[in-house]
Amino acid sequence: MLNRSLSRKYAVAGIGNTRYGKLPDYDAYDLGVWALQEALDDAGLAVGDIDGLIVNRIADYQRFGEIIGLNPRYVTITPGQGRFSGHCIETAVAVLEAGLAETVALVYGNNGRSGGDRYGGASDLYGSGGAGMWFPYGMTSPGAFHALMAQRHMSLYGTTSDQMGLVAKTFRDHAALNPAAVMRETYTLEDYHRSRFIVEPLHLLDYCLINDGGVAMIITSAERARDMKAAPVHIAGFGMATELAGSTFPPDDFWYGAGAKVARDTYEMSGVSPPEMDGLMIYDNFTPTVLFCLEAFGYCPIGESGPWVEEGRLALGGTSPANTSGGHLSESYMQGWALNIEAVRQLRGQCDERQIESARHVQYMTLAPMVTSIIYGSEAV
Amino acid sequence: MSGYSKPLPRLDDANAPFWKAAKAHELKLQKCADCSTLRFPATRHCASCGSAKSGWETVSGRGTIASWCRFHQVYFEGFAEDVPYTVIVVALEEGPRLFSNLIDPPEGEIEIGIPVVVYFDDVTPDVTLVKFKPAS
Repeated sequence: MLNRSLSRKYAVAGIGNTRYGKLPDYDAYDLGVWALQEALDDAGLAVGDIDGLIVNRIADYQRFGEIIGLNPRYVTITPGQGRFSGHCIETAVAVLEAGLAETVALVYGNNGRSGGDRYGGASDLYGSGGAGMWFPYGMTSPGAFHALMAQRHMSLYGTTSDQMGLVAKTFRDHAALNPAAVMRETYTLEDYHRSRFIVEPLHLLDYCLINDGGVAMIITSAERARDMKAAPVHIAGFGMATELAGSTFPPDDFWYGAGAKVARDTYEMSGVSPPEMDGLMIYDNFTPTVLFCLEAFGYCPIGESGPWVEEGRLALGGTSPANTSGGHLSESYMQGWALNIEAVRQLRGQCDERQIESARHVQYMTLAPMVTSIIYGSEAV
Repeated sequence: MSGYSKPLPRLDDANAPFWKAAKAHELKLQKCADCSTLRFPATRHCASCGSAKSGWETVSGRGTIASWCRFHQVYFEGFAEDVPYTVIVVALEEGPRLFSNLIDPPEGEIEIGIPVVVYFDDVTPDVTLVKFKPAS
């Protein structure tokens, strides 16, 4: 049972990010430092004020500490999988609660675009222990894994390409309002259908955008955060669960089992639930994940996400505006991190044209073999 | 070699019995010697009971399609002439799953849950891939 008294005890005190896109002059360390400097400036802190460091996707924590000249009391490093953004944020809270650190910096740097990262083909490491076993059948890539899940969802529940296309188009519409987004040109559902298939049923526009960039967050106690430069955004609730057993293959249950556990814990701790959520940040590696997530987290009944999104609910002005930055599909694939700082910006009221009016609660969700969710709240109680 | 240019299985100590069986047109899965749970891909320990004792057992070769997708993107040069090609997830009658290809897939939609049977595809003199075709 998660400790419910942790609700709103810790807060995001600073956020920062680099530009996103093609940044060939920067490696992952450089991007991490850039983002960290922005986050420290946002919080009104200096590097020396940090005593906990969590690095993600950057290759080596030791070298990162050397580059920024910091000897944090607590340090850890996590693999470059997007599901780890939520994981790192939850770990920061656990580290703070344990007294291992008082102010934790979370730093993500990704030079995947300039570094030529490929998620399918000979270098594919997706899945459980790598995908090489199945190359003889032409099976490769996280995209294909999600295409298999999407096809199953379509067969079981009648979900349509139009519904997935609408998710992609909605997030692109949001990106058009976000100067930081990499892809801002809007398109129609017809354009979506004309975009080539990568792995059918998924089109190019169902896929996220591999780019270079960095994101950083500073997390500390809500009490400390109140004395810092930026308005604190509270961590109101969170949860984690996994489906690792049998995870070489797409799960028949679309990860709903783990998702339901995380939903329960996150809603219980935060004291808020879907009807009270002002905005959603959904890990949109591929459009079908958005649909599965809405079902797993109780926004709509199992199997009904397609018709549910067709009501325009995910758009700004809808009942559940989602990925207001454009998300991974149109802002940039920053593996969950940019969605988390978008949640913070929404609750601070810093989103200009894409601002959700009087936003008080925003939920971040990742659905994968490791499921996480974080509910952020603008208020201290 | 007959100019076969697609990726070939990488044999190791753990999975070699699977590919040797395939060459002999048999579908074998790893079986826990203690709790009898079947498993694949091969691992040293049984995920059900933790036992390190195992053998290999011939299974029926019958299963159903759990899902399918169709590759249009060329990720391996050897598949350039094959796109769009179909990849399926087969749920074997005995429980374990395999990614594979469907021989002679229909043009349009493939129905999830349809029965399939194993088809041994001798792609080179040394290598046989475990594929499936609709059960008639």
